[in-house]
Formats: sequence, C-alpha cells, structure tokens
Amino acid sequence: MKDTDIKRLLYAHLLCIFSIILSIFIPSFFLENFSILETHLTWLCICSVFVTAVNLVLYLVGKPNTSSKRSSLSYKVTRLLKCCIYFLMSCFSFHVIFVLYGAPLTELVLETFSLAVLLSTFTTVPCLCLLGPNFKAWLRVFSRNGATSIWENSLQITTISSFVGTWLGAFPIPLDWGRPWQEWPISCTLGATFGYMAGLVISPLWIYWNRKELTYKNN
Amino acid sequence: MRSPPWAALSRACTSVVPGRRRGRCTSGRRSRMQKISVLLFLAWVCLLFYAGIALFTSGFLLTRWELTNHSSCQEPPGPESLPWGSRGKPGACWMASRFSRVVLVLIDALRFDFAQPQLSHSSGEPPVSLPFLGKLGSLKKILEIQPHHARLYQSKADPPTTTMQRLKALTTGSLPTFIDVGNNFASYAIVEDNLIKQFVSTGKRVVFMGDDTWKDLFPGAFSKAFFFPSFDVRDLHTVDNGILEHLYPTMDSGEWDVLIAHFLGVDHCGHKHGPDHPEMAKKLSQMDQMIQGLVERLENDTLLVVTGDHGMTVSGNHGGDSELETSAVLFLYSPTALFPSAPPEVRPEKPEVIPQISLVPTLALLLGLPIPFGNIGEVMAELFSEVEDSQPHSSALAQASALHLNAQQVFRFLHTYSAAAQDLQVKELHRLQNLFSKASANYQRLLQSPQGAEAALQTVITEMQQFLRGVRAMCIESWARFSLVRMAGGVALLAATCFLCLLVSQWATSPGFYLRPLLVMPVTCGLTVATVCTGLLATTGLQLDPVVLGAMAAVGSLLPFLWKAWAGWGSRRSMASLLPMPGPVLLLLLIRFAGLFSDSFVVAEARAAPFLLASLILLLVAQLHWEGKLLPPKLLTIPRLGFLTPTGPPRHHGVHTLGLGVGLLLCIRLAGLFHRCPEETPACSSSPWLSPLASMVGGRAKNLWYGACVGALVSLLAAVRLWLHRYGNLKSPEPSVLFVRWGLPLMVLGTAAYWALASGADEAPPRLRALVAGASVMLPRAVAGLAAAGLMLLLWRPVAVLVKAATGAPRTRTVLAPFSGPPASQADLDYVVPQIYRHMQEEFRGRLERTKSQAPLTVAAYQLGSVYSAAMVTALTLLAFPLLLLHAERISLVFLLLFLQSFLLLHLLAAGIPVTTPGPFTVPWQAVSAWAFMATQTFYSTGHQPVFPAIHWHAAFVGVSERLESSSLSAFLVGANTFASHILFAVGCPLLLLWPFLCESQGSRKRRQLPGNEAEARVRPEEEEEPLMEMRLRQAPHHFNAALLQLGLKYLFVLGIQILACALAAFILRRHLMVWKVFAPKFMFEGMGFIVSSVGLCLGIALVMRVDGAVSSWFRQLVLAQQRGGEQSGLVFTGAESSAGEAQPHLLPLCSQELLTSGTSLFYNSKL
Repeated sequence: MKDTDIKRLLYAHLLCIFSIILSIFIPSFFLENFSILETHLTWLCICSVFVTAVNLVLYLVGKPNTSSKRSSLSYKVTRLLKCCIYFLMSCFSFHVIFVLYGAPLTELVLETFSLAVLLSTFTTVPCLCLLGPNFKAWLRVFSRNGATSIWENSLQITTISSFVGTWLGAFPIPLDWGRPWQEWPISCTLGATFGYMAGLVISPLWIYWNRKELTYKNN
Repeated sequence: MRSPPWAALSRACTSVVPGRRRGRCTSGRRSRMQKISVLLFLAWVCLLFYAGIALFTSGFLLTRWELTNHSSCQEPPGPESLPWGSRGKPGACWMASRFSRVVLVLIDALRFDFAQPQLSHSSGEPPVSLPFLGKLGSLKKILEIQPHHARLYQSKADPPTTTMQRLKALTTGSLPTFIDVGNNFASYAIVEDNLIKQFVSTGKRVVFMGDDTWKDLFPGAFSKAFFFPSFDVRDLHTVDNGILEHLYPTMDSGEWDVLIAHFLGVDHCGHKHGPDHPEMAKKLSQMDQMIQGLVERLENDTLLVVTGDHGMTVSGNHGGDSELETSAVLFLYSPTALFPSAPPEVRPEKPEVIPQISLVPTLALLLGLPIPFGNIGEVMAELFSEVEDSQPHSSALAQASALHLNAQQVFRFLHTYSAAAQDLQVKELHRLQNLFSKASANYQRLLQSPQGAEAALQTVITEMQQFLRGVRAMCIESWARFSLVRMAGGVALLAATCFLCLLVSQWATSPGFYLRPLLVMPVTCGLTVATVCTGLLATTGLQLDPVVLGAMAAVGSLLPFLWKAWAGWGSRRSMASLLPMPGPVLLLLLIRFAGLFSDSFVVAEARAAPFLLASLILLLVAQLHWEGKLLPPKLLTIPRLGFLTPTGPPRHHGVHTLGLGVGLLLCIRLAGLFHRCPEETPACSSSPWLSPLASMVGGRAKNLWYGACVGALVSLLAAVRLWLHRYGNLKSPEPSVLFVRWGLPLMVLGTAAYWALASGADEAPPRLRALVAGASVMLPRAVAGLAAAGLMLLLWRPVAVLVKAATGAPRTRTVLAPFSGPPASQADLDYVVPQIYRHMQEEFRGRLERTKSQAPLTVAAYQLGSVYSAAMVTALTLLAFPLLLLHAERISLVFLLLFLQSFLLLHLLAAGIPVTTPGPFTVPWQAVSAWAFMATQTFYSTGHQPVFPAIHWHAAFVGVSERLESSSLSAFLVGANTFASHILFAVGCPLLLLWPFLCESQGSRKRRQLPGNEAEARVRPEEEEEPLMEMRLRQAPHHFNAALLQLGLKYLFVLGIQILACALAAFILRRHLMVWKVFAPKFMFEGMGFIVSSVGLCLGIALVMRVDGAVSSWFRQLVLAQQRGGEQSGLVFTGAESSAGEAQPHLLPLCSQELLTSGTSLFYNSKL
C-alpha cells in the first residue's frame, strides 16, 4: 500500500519535472528568438502556466482530499475564487518580502513580481491543490509533526527547497563575473526552479528511505 | 497544594545561627571574586585576540611615513656648492638639462619578456611560439639600427605590484607601501614630493592621457588631460583607443613639455585572457605601431621613455612579488645620441636589470629638475656620460657628479626621515652615514685636484653606488616585504583564540565549572614566558619588538590552557558536542565567513549583511512556528491553565511575532536607504541623505529635513522614556533617573540647537558670526559633558528603584475584573477564572496571616524586575546622543531605526528563549549572531564603508574650535563616528541575556490591553504569577556570572571569526589584484572594529556587574534598616509597575543569600 503511494508520488513529481523541461523546449517551436535568459519573462510565464496546469491535472486526476462533503456548484465556485485570492495574496506577499530583502522598489517591478508569481506557482499552487484554501491546514502542515501523509511530507520538502533555492540564487548577484544570468531576478528564478526540481526529486527518495520511520496519525 | 514556602522560611528564620552570617559574608565575597574573574577572563581573551591582530598586522601592513618636504631649485641637497658642469648655465637647477621635453609612455603590465629580443636561431632549440613573444618589433629595430640612441633595460618593480603603488613609486622615487602614513587619508592624492610636482613648479606643461587613476593621484596638476575609466577590467580598448585618438594630434600641436600616456589594454587583456592569448598579440602589435609612430615624430630635444609599471603572472594577475610580476620593460630612446658606446654585446637577450625607481632621479637630472625629496632611487650613471668629447675622465666625472647629487639628496632624506620616524634600523643607518661621509669627502678631494687618476674616480662612483644601494636595501627591508611567518603566526593565534572562545562558552554553563583555576595558570604562564623572553632578549642584546613579545606571551598562556582544557574535555565529553550551534545559524555564519574571501562580497557587504540578517530573522520566525511556539493550537480547546505554570514560556501570539519580524525587515530595508557606495561607480549611487544639511540649497526642503531630524531625536527620547515608564523605572528618585527625566531633554535641545547653527551657519548675519562659531563649538561639548555626567551618575547609583514604606498588610487589595456581566467568550473566561482563584487564595492567606501575632511592617520596592536593563538602556541612550552628534544630521533617523530594530529583535529573540528559573541561563547562538549581524548592518546604514576615502572626516571638527587642535582628539572623534554601531551593539550585548526575563511580564501586560477604559484599567488586578523578571538572575548568582561569561565569549567568537576570515583572506589572497584596494582596508576596519567592540563588550558586562553589586548592597542596607526598625518585618518587592502613584507592590521572592539568612520574614508569593 505504502509503496504504491510512493510510486504514485514519484510519477506525479516526474510529471512536474517534465513540464518544466517542456516549458524550456516547446516555446522555441512557436516563438522566434526564444531563450531562457534573453526572453526571460516569457519563459517565466510559460513555466508558471505549465507547472500550474500539471498541478491542476494531477489534482483533478488524483483528488487528494475526497473529504469535501458538499459538491454544489456554488461551493466549488467560491472555493475556486478563494484559491485565486490566496494565490494573488501569496504573490503580493512574496513581492513585499523580496523588496524587504533588498530588491529594488521602483525599478524592475515587473521582473520582481514575475519572480513572486513563479515562486507562488512552486509553493502556493501545490498547497492549494493539496490542502485547499484552508490557512489553518497550511500552518499545521508546516510545523513539526504536522504532516499526515506522504503527500504532505513531499509538499513540505518541495516548498522548503524552492525557498532555499531562491535564497541561494541571490548569492551570485554581487559577484563580478559579468554573466547575463547574474542580473536580478534571473539567478533567483533559476535558483527557485532548480530548488523546486531538486525538491521534487529528493522528496520521494527521502520518503522512501524513511518509510519505516514515517508513521501518520490518521492511518 | 504544597505548603506555603514562607511558612518553612519563617521556621527556618527563627533558628538562625551566627554561623550562617559568616557564610553570607563569604558568599558575597565569592560572588564578587567570581565577577572579577569573569571580567579578567574576558580581558585575557581580548588580549589574546589583540596579540594575534598585532602580530598579523606587523607582518602584513608595512607602514611608512610620508614626508611633505620638497626639493627646490634654489636649495641644493648638500652643503657643498652645486656640482661641476652646472655652474654658470642659465636655467639649470641642480644640473644642466640635457633634454627639454620628455614623452613617457606607460604601458600597464608590460612584462619584460613581452619586449625581450627574440633569440636568433643559433641554438638548436625550436623557437617557442608564444603569442606575446616578439611582437614589439620596432624596439628591436631601433636597438639594432641606433645602438647609441636607445637602450632596453629590465626594470625591477618593488612589491606591491599594483598600479597605484607603482605610479606613486614612478613619480616619487620611493617605496610606497600600503599605508603611507601622511596627513591625508581622505583622498589618494600624493602629498610627497614627486616628478609631476617638480615639472609643474619649473613651469613645464604636463599633458596626460589614459588611466584615470592619475586624476586621483595628481589632482589639478596637468595642463591638459584626457582621462579614461580604468574600472572595467574586461574592457580592452576604451582607454587605448582614446589615447591613440589624442596622442599624435597633441604631439604635433607642440603645446607640451611632458607628455604622459598610460595605456591599460595590455593589463586588462592579461586579467581577462591571460598573457598566452591571441588577444595579447593583437594588443602588443597595436602598442608596437604606436611606438613606431611616436619615434617618427620625436624631435632632437626629446627623450622617449617606454616602460611598464609591473609585470603579470602566468595567469595574468599581479600584486605580489614573484619574478614575473616584478619584471617590466624600460626602454629609452632619443633622436640625439644618448650613450657613448653601444651596449655591451655579451648577451643581448639579458639586458641590465635596474630598479624601477632609478628612473625618477635619472629623469629629474636629465631634464634639469631637482630630484624629488623622498627619492631613494639611484641615477643610471650610464646616461650621464659625456657623449661629445668621449674622454673617459670627463665622462666619469660627470657620472660622479650626478651620483653625488643623488647621494646628497638621499642622505638628506634619510636624515629627515629618521628624525621623523623610528622604523629604520639604527645600526645600518649609522653604517650608511659613515659610508656617505667617506664617499663625499673623497669626491670633494677629487674636485679640488682635478688631475686625479681615473681609478680614484671609479672608487668614488662605486662608493656612492654602494651607499645608494645600501639605503634601498634597508628601506625595502622595513617597508616592502611581507613577513609570512608573522602573518601565519597571527592567523594561527586568532584561530586558536576563536577555538578557545567556543570551548569555554560551551563549558561555562556546565555544572562544576570553576573559572579561577583555569584563569590563574595561563596568566602566570604567559607572564613567565614574557619575562623569560624579555630577559633573554635583554641579555643577548637583540632589539625588542613588543609585538613579538606580546604574541609570545599570548601563545605561552594559550597553550597550557588549551592543553588543560583538552585533557579535561576529552575525559568527559565527546568532541561532537563542540559544535553546538543549530545548523542554519552555523550555515549563515559560514556564509559570512566565506563571503569575506571574495572581493565582490566585501564590496557588496552593505547589501549582503542586511540580506543575511533578514534571512536569520525569517528563519527565527519560521523556526518558532515550526516548533509550535507561535500558535497554541492544541491548547485552544483545552481550558487554559497557563497561570498555574508560570515557569513556562510566555505564549506569544503568532500575529505578534510575525509583526515583529516584518517590522524588523522593514526597519532594515529603511536603514538600507542610507547607503554609501564604496567608490564612485556608475552602477551605484550613494544616498543623497548622507550629506550634512548645511550643504543643501533650498530653504523649504532644508527646513523639512531639519524638522524630521529633530523629530527623530525627540521620538528617540520619547521612546526611551516611554520604555522606562512602562517598566516603572522612571519613578525612582535616584539621580540617574532624574538625569533621564531632565538631562536627556536638555541634550536633545542642545543637539537640535547645534544642528540649527551648523546647517545655517552661512546664513548668519556677519555680526553674529563669532557668536555662532562659539556656540557651535560649545554646544557639542555641553552635550558630551552632560552625557558623561549622566554616565557618572549611573555608575555611582545604578539602582533605579523606588522604595516605599507600605502601611498595613500588602495583600488587601481590591480584586476587580475590568468588565461586568457574564463572561461572553473564552478569553473572558480565561480572565475571570484566575480572578476568582486569586480571591480565594487571598482569603486563605489572610486567614493564615491573622494567625500570626504581629502585623508586619512592610517595605515595597518597585521596578526591581527591570533594574539591570533599565541601567543598560539608560547607558546606551547616554552613549547614543554624543555619537549621534558626530554624524550628519539625517543619520539621526538611522539611529532611531537602530534603537527600534534592536528593540524588535530583542523581543523576537525573547519569544524563542524559555525562561528557566533555576538556571543555567544561556543565550542561544542565533541571538548572538543576529546581534553581530545587526552591528555590521548598522555600520553600513550609518553611511560608512570600509575604505579610507569613505571615512567621515568632518566628525573631527565637531566641538573642536581650531582645525587640528590635537590630532589624538580628532582621531578619537573620527573613530567614535566610524565605529558608533560597534560601540552601541557591544555595550548593549548583555541585553540579549536580560531581555527574555524582561519579557516575562509580557503576558500580564497583554491582558491589560484588553477592553476596558482607563478607570477599569487602573484597578487592574494583580496577576497570579508575579513576574520575577530579572530577579531570577539574582537568585542564582553563579549561573548569572557564568551566563555573562558565556555571552561575552560567544559574542567575541562571532566577532573573532570575522577578523579571522579577514586576516586569512588577506594572507591567502596577498597576490590578488584587489588586496590593497579591498582586503587590506577591510582587515584594518575589522581589526579596529573588533578592538572597539571588545572593549565595549567588557564595559557593558562590567556595567551589569556594577548594577548587580549595587543591588546587593542595596539589599544589605535595606535588611539592616529593617532589622534596626523592628524585630520582624515584611519585605515586599515589586517587578514592573507603570503607575507608581497608586502602585500596588508586588511580592517578589528574593532568595538572595542575605535575605534568607537574615532575621526578617519574607513574603513569598507562592503558587499554592
């Protein structure tokens, strides 16, 4: 039972990675002069859309929280709206945090915001898919012994690794190498993407290694 | 329910035996001894660090004093008349000029082998085809065709082989070291006598084109100049093409006497691609063409000099002292014949090696100028031969006269220098003086009898050359050589001391830790080693170097300590527990450590430090959440019984802590707006708010800014007063508190008035000028005097406590809930239930007391719970105001932010630290690291940068009437300005320990801010758990001292690894391009900052100990008074109180030894 769960998790994660790789290659067929560094904003948008789409598909296929009692249309619509609001809120709060961390306030606003969107895609969208617009559940998952399934565990790992990746991405900025990817926010977006992908790879492996220790309260 | 402890206590008190009294005395003395040994230990650790820093500095930073004396035409260098050959010739200075014009082509990093003539294919080896070989064909051609007109030398540069130092050497003829101690740190302008100055003073037109470093070195010296930016190392062509555009037109126009062209392309190509790259070949070919073009345009009275300022390594870098870096090209050419003979044809590929600075006296004498005063180069005698009549005698005489002038000048310099500075070796100096006087006498004798043999002339020439070379060798020895042994020793000492800090800080709070035996042995060992060394040195008669002596003593005391510690540690614990830091904090400290090894990160530290601090803060918040300390979700459903367990950590609301974190980030970001760029670069612009208000034009904006600054001052004052008021310390009648109430506003008034005068001094009417000037001198002095008086008062009476004799039983108080009606919510219930409980307890206690016969006389003491931090905060405020005065006006906003953000940080940290009653108390690593990060961040946000031109020199004139009244006072003022943040954070370091205890009353305060109007709030009920606050520390004096020691050592460790990283970076990267520009200044600023911080830290800890001692004696007096007053009385102590007017005294347990053993009964507010 548990092994099959881990397998499903692995496949889902591989799909996410695949979507990121696709977002690098597919647009070059349709757009001229597409490259990650030069048309960075375009790539960011495409990557965000792809990852969101894959997450939604996974959500619709997998239906992780089957406990929703009501299934009326109005409930679904309010839920969807709530999700959108949550997503926007997270984008804005990430933007504020970036500015507080030292990002320029008045210049490169669009770039900073697209980084916030990307990071939200990597962190908030999976949370929304898995836990729904339920802030208390989020707080619960992101605390010690808060995870109640391997999905929530993997959510912890991917989210934290995305954050750490973004954080590490800021370090090359002051170096005097003069590379194009050192500009704000390219190194951070790349860091976030690599961190997210690393999290996607690491979390099934970590769960597999620790499958003996991981016991959840629910089941 | 336990039986009330006071019952047991009173039982115990009835059976007091005299023996206990003696015990009390000894315990008091022991506590004092403990404090002294803690301070001594910290001082010893600081001294170890200082010894390491001094040892490293003595090996790394070679210093030299700059003399501002100048040579002049009218004043010959020696007592004798001007030499042979120059007499009677008009326009001649020291010597007749041979050339009236010179073209100096400086090709940066033109290594010697770039111009080396290719070996003719005589030997069987195949010719090596490196891209840079044989590209300067025009030189070779000239050398072959006109051997009498040109000569190629290998010039030997002295380290440091960085462009600025080489330019200084090439113009002053001296040996620039990193620190040339002169009058002027504020700019790079050369203050010593130099060739350019001599050119200008003799009326020559100097035209410059090329590297804009010259602009900083010789501001305003050039009659015409074309500067091009040298900053971008990757740009190979801008400078060179810019020069080439102007070079030939300028030459053809003839409006010049001295033409200097400084090409950078070769150097930049080396940095970017390395020498073995096709680009280098292109660059050299371009230079070759340029030289070709120049040679064609030269006229007969012109000398062409082509030289490189230094070489480059195989990888294309420079800065160090390797063979490849120091060898450079020197090529001389003139259309008139220069040399009487062709070059000796022994080995044309190995030309003569001459020191680089020889060019300076040679050029000066060839052009008929005085040799710059500080030159220690030797003239190239070959160039002073008579070319026309090639009699060997007259040639030798000409050479001897040039050498003699040169020797006289060098002797004059040596004489002046050794009188001004003591860093030259005395013995060697005497030897050289004797040599000079002998040579000089011989030369004079030869002049008297011109028929002297040629052999005698040659002897004189050799003697002069010996003298000049001896001087150079001696100067190199003391000015221009790294001492690797000392550098390595210093780094090792620093590292060992850091390790010691780590070890002992872990050890300090473990049980059974006794400091004194640990302290005594190393100190005696160190003293012994020092004495033995001194004795040895004295007996052997060697020169005594205090730095080495200090280092020996440090090592001598460190080794036995480490050995003993190792033995003690190994037997008890595993080494794994040595690194007790939580992983993320360790990672952040490691990043900070590693960042100091990258020049980019050192330059960008103003942004990197706030980034790391913000990361640490978010990490703290996230960690609090992760550990479930932010939200009490599990407890939400269970009725809260928190008041029954008062030792538990205060439950902070999540939003509250999150607000603290966001507020901190906001403060840091706002403070970052006051940013100063390390240097003028287009990408970075300094904040316009760093300049003083006086420099502003536009009255309205100025007035608004002035208002904002005064507003910041007033709000700083109001915040401090509010804080003291909140903890009740403002009600005390103690003089220090009175000073806070009345002296601080006076200081604010003085500061505001000073700013008004300083910013509007130019607009004052002329009649009031003198008055304004006098007032702007007196006001800062008055503020500083007030601050000093306040600090003195604080030291004299540090206990800010209000004592009141309370009549009647202290426990009869109204219990009134600040709301009426049925409880509506859980919160109300939470509130009411304790009230009822309290009431019952009250009743019970009243009954119990009534059983006792006598009603106790009670003394209520307020604000004991915050007595330490109140003293600290007062001291910090008193320190901050004079420091603020030294900064530009608008920095006051940063100071306000500084206080605000440290307040927020302390609160945030306190949320994560549990209050442990019995001890041991610890300050976690993240707290200490965050504090150190914040000190660094504030250093930058107050507009400082670790480079010399960025020092705020104007601070030297605050409150000083005359310019340079005393240089030590100026240095003190500038230092206080530069290291203001270091001082404040180091002195405030003990707050890290105290604040969690202070926040203990937070929970109760929270409750008070619930609904309810003023009247209800005033009769707010007593809390169940009386917050003991800082009195908990007094309950365990041993743990208190250990915690202070641990705190000090941890802070020293965090600072120590920074200085260690700086020293290590400077050691490892001493060949780096940026070592003199980035790493060395950073090391110096860190070193000074460390010294200032460590002194401040010791003072801060000493202040806490002084308060502790004062509190002890206060208790003793109180107890004595009570004993005198009545046979049995009650003592009531209170923690915090906001409105002392109707304050209800809290009962505070005071288990200090004195009280336990005295005959007074003590109310003990227990949990029943």
